[in-house]
Amino acid sequence: MSVTHLQHNRVSLALHRVKSGEGRALLLLHGLGEDAKNMSRLAVDWIGPVWALDFTGHGESTVPRGGGYSAEILMADVDIVLRHIGEATILGRGLGGYVAFLIAGARPQLVKGAVIIDGPGLAGGAIQVTSSSEISVAARTGQTPDPWALIELSRDARPPNYAVTFVRLATSGSSLDEPIAVACKVNPPWVEAISAEPGVVTGVSMQEALDMYAAL
Amino acid sequence: MLVTVEIRSFPGARRPDRTRRVDADGVGIAVHEWGKETDPVVFLVHGGSDFGRTFDVFAGIIADAGWRAVAWDHRGHGDSDYSALYSWDADIRDALAVMTSTTSSPAPVIAHSKGGALMMQLTEASSYRISCMVNIDGMPSKRRMPDVPDHDQSRLLAGEIGSWLDFRHETTTAYRKPGTLEELARRRAKMNPRLSIEWLEYLVTVGARHDEDGWRWKLDPTMRFGGFGPWRPEWSALRMVSLPVPFLGLLGTEDEPMGWGARARDVLPWIPQGGRLEVLDGVGHFIHIEEPETVSRMVLEFIS
Repeated sequence: MSVTHLQHNRVSLALHRVKSGEGRALLLLHGLGEDAKNMSRLAVDWIGPVWALDFTGHGESTVPRGGGYSAEILMADVDIVLRHIGEATILGRGLGGYVAFLIAGARPQLVKGAVIIDGPGLAGGAIQVTSSSEISVAARTGQTPDPWALIELSRDARPPNYAVTFVRLATSGSSLDEPIAVACKVNPPWVEAISAEPGVVTGVSMQEALDMYAAL
Repeated sequence: MLVTVEIRSFPGARRPDRTRRVDADGVGIAVHEWGKETDPVVFLVHGGSDFGRTFDVFAGIIADAGWRAVAWDHRGHGDSDYSALYSWDADIRDALAVMTSTTSSPAPVIAHSKGGALMMQLTEASSYRISCMVNIDGMPSKRRMPDVPDHDQSRLLAGEIGSWLDFRHETTTAYRKPGTLEELARRRAKMNPRLSIEWLEYLVTVGARHDEDGWRWKLDPTMRFGGFGPWRPEWSALRMVSLPVPFLGLLGTEDEPMGWGARARDVLPWIPQGGRLEVLDGVGHFIHIEEPETVSRMVLEFIS
């Protein structure tokens, strides 16, 4: 894999080219605590170029000081990548599935299908206010994955109504009839909520969903 | 190259007696203290886009009453380090680092605006740190744009998200526009329209830096306020009602751009048991700056 470094604010993002090809790109987004290498080992059949991103604090991307992660910041990581590679289909595993889904709502004209598959960090944290816990120290080694990423992104709030808003943004702004494909078996509240919305395909395998978007 | 700072004075404003830095997991946090080190501690927490030195008048009054008033600049604000990431939880952890560096005993906290909401979450999570809380217009209500239909809400959100993502692309080269001292004060006056221009000019001299090409606010240019996310204002209200420490809430009656628009009728149902809410007529969001004597008298009576 060759690596390109893209700058997102004070973070250098590592974008790996997994495979060359002609046509629309496929972007792979890893799960919580994983990296692009995990994703590059997935058996995906895609004719176009395939890229894999290391999110902030993961893989070969920068570990920021003092944490402060959110799924929305990772969505902005992906937006930086999309400006580099152009429109793409996105396959996200676990946390990457949630981020793929968010960016499908935020940039519906650039994302030609978002496929969500099972993996670490799919569920996220609370769906409403909960008892809070705060700690002031984490083992900071400068290595990835950043412990603050593991802590903060495993408990970020994902209320169903927030997720539904992103589905509606995706369906109203996309040229596709069904811009989101749920190919995961784990069914946290946000996935359950979006699965009931028009424009979301369910009951498909990862490859079936990719084939569907490749054909468009 | 830094240019000599032009110092302005303001009636009642005084420099901190001590300044220091705290390492919050690699992020340097600037701490400002007024009063004797041996006096009991009270923490002062600023709101979004402000900085610790906005307490220059209020903290002096509190210190003169026999307290060690400790304020800090949130990450990306004032003299604290810029960071790659900013979040609610990160601000709370930074606050815990400052508190740990100051005292191991529970202490009162007086917090304004966003600082008030942050401290409500910190107090719920770590109530052993806080002995009592004063929340100055940092109490959100459940009201949100009641006159905008759902489909327009979505359209507004789409615009906000797109605009925010576009801004993230610009952060690599973002910088603050320089200006004269007076220009910076006038810019701030748009967000703080009730505060005197003399006060805002004073703030420039303690919250901005003077470069060769002019003054710039120290606030990290990659920060942007407002926007979107899963957080709902009512979550803070739900935290507030279960706070386990004595609570005093202060609200003004005058709306202004930085205010949260909370009204007494919205907040009262969520005041914790035994807590109280005071409403000051004819005052805006920066209650402690507009009425430092009145507010400090109420606060001192409460925390003492």
